[in-house]
Amino acid sequence: MYIDRQLAGPWGRDRHRYTRGPFEENAAAEFGYQGKATPQQIYRQGLRDLKGFDQLAPTGQDEKLKQIETTLFFSLLRQNTIEGMFCDPMHGGNIDMVGWQLIGFPGPRMSNYDDVDKHFGEAFRPKPASLSLVTGHKVIPSEDQE
Amino acid sequence: MKTLPAVDVVIVGGGWTGLLMAKELGSRTALSVVVLERGGPRKTVDYADDMDELDYAVRLRMMQDLSQETVTFRHNLSERALPLRQHGSFLHGAGIGGSGEHWNGQMPRILPDCFELLSRSTAKYGAKRLPEDHSIEDWGITYDELEPHYSRVEVLVGVSGKAGNLRGKQMEGGNVFEGWRSAEYPTPPTKTPYFSTLFRDAAKVLGYHPYPTPAATISQAYTNPDGVARAGCTYCGFCERFGCMIGAKAQPTNILLPVIQKRKNVSIRTGAWVRRIVNEATQSGGKARGVTYIDADGEEIFQRAELVVLASWTLNNTRLLLLSKIGEPYEPATGKGNLGRNLTHQVYFPAATAFFEKPLNRFMGAGAAGIRINDLDGDVFDHSGLPFLRGGTLEAVSLGHRPIANFGVVPHVVKTGWGSEWKKAGLHYYDRTGNIMFYGEHLAYRGNFMDLDPTYKNGLGDPLLRLTLDWRDNEQRMAEFVTSKTVEIARAMGAKEVTSFPGLRSYDATRNQSTHIQGGTIMGSSPDRSVINPYLQHWQVSNLFVLGASAFPQNGSANPTLTILALTYRTADAIVDRYLKSPAALA
Repeated sequence: MYIDRQLAGPWGRDRHRYTRGPFEENAAAEFGYQGKATPQQIYRQGLRDLKGFDQLAPTGQDEKLKQIETTLFFSLLRQNTIEGMFCDPMHGGNIDMVGWQLIGFPGPRMSNYDDVDKHFGEAFRPKPASLSLVTGHKVIPSEDQE
Repeated sequence: MKTLPAVDVVIVGGGWTGLLMAKELGSRTALSVVVLERGGPRKTVDYADDMDELDYAVRLRMMQDLSQETVTFRHNLSERALPLRQHGSFLHGAGIGGSGEHWNGQMPRILPDCFELLSRSTAKYGAKRLPEDHSIEDWGITYDELEPHYSRVEVLVGVSGKAGNLRGKQMEGGNVFEGWRSAEYPTPPTKTPYFSTLFRDAAKVLGYHPYPTPAATISQAYTNPDGVARAGCTYCGFCERFGCMIGAKAQPTNILLPVIQKRKNVSIRTGAWVRRIVNEATQSGGKARGVTYIDADGEEIFQRAELVVLASWTLNNTRLLLLSKIGEPYEPATGKGNLGRNLTHQVYFPAATAFFEKPLNRFMGAGAAGIRINDLDGDVFDHSGLPFLRGGTLEAVSLGHRPIANFGVVPHVVKTGWGSEWKKAGLHYYDRTGNIMFYGEHLAYRGNFMDLDPTYKNGLGDPLLRLTLDWRDNEQRMAEFVTSKTVEIARAMGAKEVTSFPGLRSYDATRNQSTHIQGGTIMGSSPDRSVINPYLQHWQVSNLFVLGASAFPQNGSANPTLTILALTYRTADAIVDRYLKSPAALA
């Protein structure tokens, strides 16, 4: 759900990436991604190559992922999975803030003034709250604006 | 093209320098001033609900839209430059306030000897000890000349900190290696979060001199001389890549814009994309007639002006002068020309990643809530027997640990980057991990420079700027030395596991390494070796001033914003007190 929305939004369509040619697809990693394909297109191809993945047993799935772990598709999938796990729930991931609860992140807080220099050496875990809860109004994420 | 009647001053760029100049000229003179900003408008209330890591810190909502314009990059003359298609090693902001909106707010001064780097290093070590292909320069001003302006900026911002050298007297608890300061900081240091206290205590035990980071994320409510009142920081941890929701972090929109908006003689046009400075050839080199820009409706405008102030970002200052054919472009093969030379970045990296047993509560903090040491900076320590010159600052800052950015950093014993073992370690270490960062001095070299790219163009069809940039032995050896010292500190902090920085290899344009880029329109005392004079006035075109870090002859290790603003104040004084009375070369 989270990834679908990102792929349909400005990021998935390369709305803010420099996409003028010429393209040098085989550039060294230090130049960053130089390809022409958008995240949408990279996902489409990547998922085609993973056909039948859902039929595999867990060990077979791990084997398959190992085969593709150096691909651009895999690095996007890994990054987007982390994003979906820990983003504000308004983006469609981190449902009920379960990701934040796992790592002890409370989400945005208006003030930590009274706590920032206390709790040394012990876990301080305020109850997580989403941005809309904290601000008291609905916040519209960028994928729904552009 | 539509021509607009002449104004007294046109300022290109609505970031820190452009708006500080607009505030000064608008308040101290009756001149008509127009600020042209190619991004959109912004106001403080925009940030009331921006605390969303994904949109702001990952998708980089406040940064320049690279689909319209980026830069190209190569390591050396023999490589073909490629465009930086997505943000990477630096993050330049867009819109009113520019990068001054999303910064962390760290405001150290540059060490005094940096301003005379060439002459002092040569005198102390001999010319032979300097790197063979260096192009280090003196700035044409001294620390003593800049000191009053440093103090003015600190008062404007309300910087929180502790003096380490008050009029020559060393003060315990401050940075004892800093240059003399005429006054204590306007507000006391910020609170120190847990991770930073571990660094402070360990550094003390090891004989270093830790001190609180000078902070524009102010520790308590403050009203500056312009009557601008701001609240104290609440340590929400959303500074870097965000605007401040309560305005505790000084930003152009909260300390400059409110003053400018009261001045009837200053107007700001957003969506105004400047393409050229119009220069008329004269015997002395030229006279700027104004600028051309594309307005928000796509119409091309010629804005005439008596005085042009170029205050776009570092890299774009150089690009606009190249496009406008003002000044002689630098040629690395012959060393001729000055425009575009001395491109420097900052030797910025996580020197050690420390993994602890106890949780750190790292979600609490602020962009400048940290502890630093300068024992390994500049020429503070003895370099005899060391294979490099200069150094930098180490810092343990608690800027707010963001989960998407930081999840999955685990000790080396975990060999994979995905799967159940990695996930388990990631969950355990998420709040038990901290980086000790290094901000090192990057020297200038003959081969690191900027020119116009022959292939790639922006959305308007103008050439992109091409960066030619790589590290040299001096930076690589400095990194190695500092990394080993930092690992010692991390161990003394009680870390159970420490990952050390693998070393600087060739320049990696994908690794975020601060937005502290300098050079291209460097200042100096001679037109033979610089683009602008010590008042930031163009040597050949006396009614053109160029503000920002493009003036720095080389990086000075310290974060640059304070120095950028101090130089801007000095230029504002020179314009108001001298230039307007007699419009001519000031040096």
